[in-house]
Amino acid sequence: MTDTFQLDGEDVTFAPGQSVLQAALAAGRYIPHLCYHPEFKPHGSCKVCTVKANGRTAASCTLPAQAGLNVESDTEDMNELRRTLVQMLFAEGNHFCPSCEKSGNCTLQALGSDLGVMTAGFRHFFPDRPVDASHPEFLLDFNRCILCELCVRASCEVDHKCVFALSGRGLDKHLIVNAASGKLADTDVALSDKAVDVCPVGVILKKRVGFAVPIGQRRYDQRPISEQALDDAPRPAADSAACAACEGTS
Amino acid sequence: MSQKIRVATTSLAGCFGCHMSLLDIDERLFTLLEHVEFDRSPLTDIKHCGPCDIGLVEGGICNAENVHVLREFRKNCKILVAVGACAVTGGLPAQRNHLSLADCLQEVYVTEISLEHGGIPNDPELPLPLDKVHPLHEVVKVDYFLPGCPPSADTLWKFLTDLLAGRTPSFAPELIRYD
Repeated sequence: MTDTFQLDGEDVTFAPGQSVLQAALAAGRYIPHLCYHPEFKPHGSCKVCTVKANGRTAASCTLPAQAGLNVESDTEDMNELRRTLVQMLFAEGNHFCPSCEKSGNCTLQALGSDLGVMTAGFRHFFPDRPVDASHPEFLLDFNRCILCELCVRASCEVDHKCVFALSGRGLDKHLIVNAASGKLADTDVALSDKAVDVCPVGVILKKRVGFAVPIGQRRYDQRPISEQALDDAPRPAADSAACAACEGTS
Repeated sequence: MSQKIRVATTSLAGCFGCHMSLLDIDERLFTLLEHVEFDRSPLTDIKHCGPCDIGLVEGGICNAENVHVLREFRKNCKILVAVGACAVTGGLPAQRNHLSLADCLQEVYVTEISLEHGGIPNDPELPLPLDKVHPLHEVVKVDYFLPGCPPSADTLWKFLTDLLAGRTPSFAPELIRYD
């Protein structure tokens, strides 16, 4: 059985259980998003996918699609809100795009460009976040972490290792590594792990391959993210079986 | 009196890469020069900015001289433009912002064995470094921002032609870059 809701004045068909964002992407309609990944359980933390649904703002990745819902997404109000959110993410970390090897393949950067973010917007925090270069294959540059939990979700839901987690509250929230030493070298993270491929920004980097792709040929050099996001959707949801490492025996 | 638009440019805590990008508009420079003339700029070697229509400022603010030059530009330019990542956010020089300035100077001029040990410079002619590197808008009002390291020649051209034609500058995503 299918039903429809309205997205910016046009009907979108959805299947039971789909979120507004899932249904929109499946129908070939783009809603800007950042922490959402079609293979993982929606997280609803970055709020970039916020829409106005029947007059109330809600994150479309966690908002269940309902028949007759009136969703406004591509409006100046919503895009201005998204620009502000992207600016806040840039302000919280140390995002020095010119020297970052993720540049050109970075979701945060691509969103800023696509949404038309021209200014800093906020005074940048310039936090002190030492990098973890302990692992022979990977570098962890915490300076760019936006706390999207994609690596956390991938490591638990797909790799069943729970190598990553978030710790602390509010401004003190930060990415940690699940090892007594706190170092990535002391985990069982591996090159074949999903977790090392999902970072939307430049935190989890494979060593010795940085800057291999020249400017002009990187992912977002040719086409904006709004066009590419639809290529990726829809995809089947991952088997979200509980991870023994973090769920215990319950 | 000249009918041309007067443009001043300068590089503060920048690398002149944005100026190179401006030169990278290539033969469009001839078209540009039909409409504008340069006041203070590395291209003219004029040392102080007079009354201008547009001021293009590259680089952030890392020392006392940067502040003086920026204020001179703001005082004289009707439209002040932050050109490039350093002017917009502080850019790569701001990578020192999470460190103490004293520690940086100590490391570079005293501790680090691979560098010359001349001691921390103390010549009165040297402008004093600021404790932190700042983007332009934290010191003066800025009218337009052009991100990019540098903004591409096409971005600069689009901006200048929009402005000269009296349009509000607008950019397609491919003209908005942060690297």
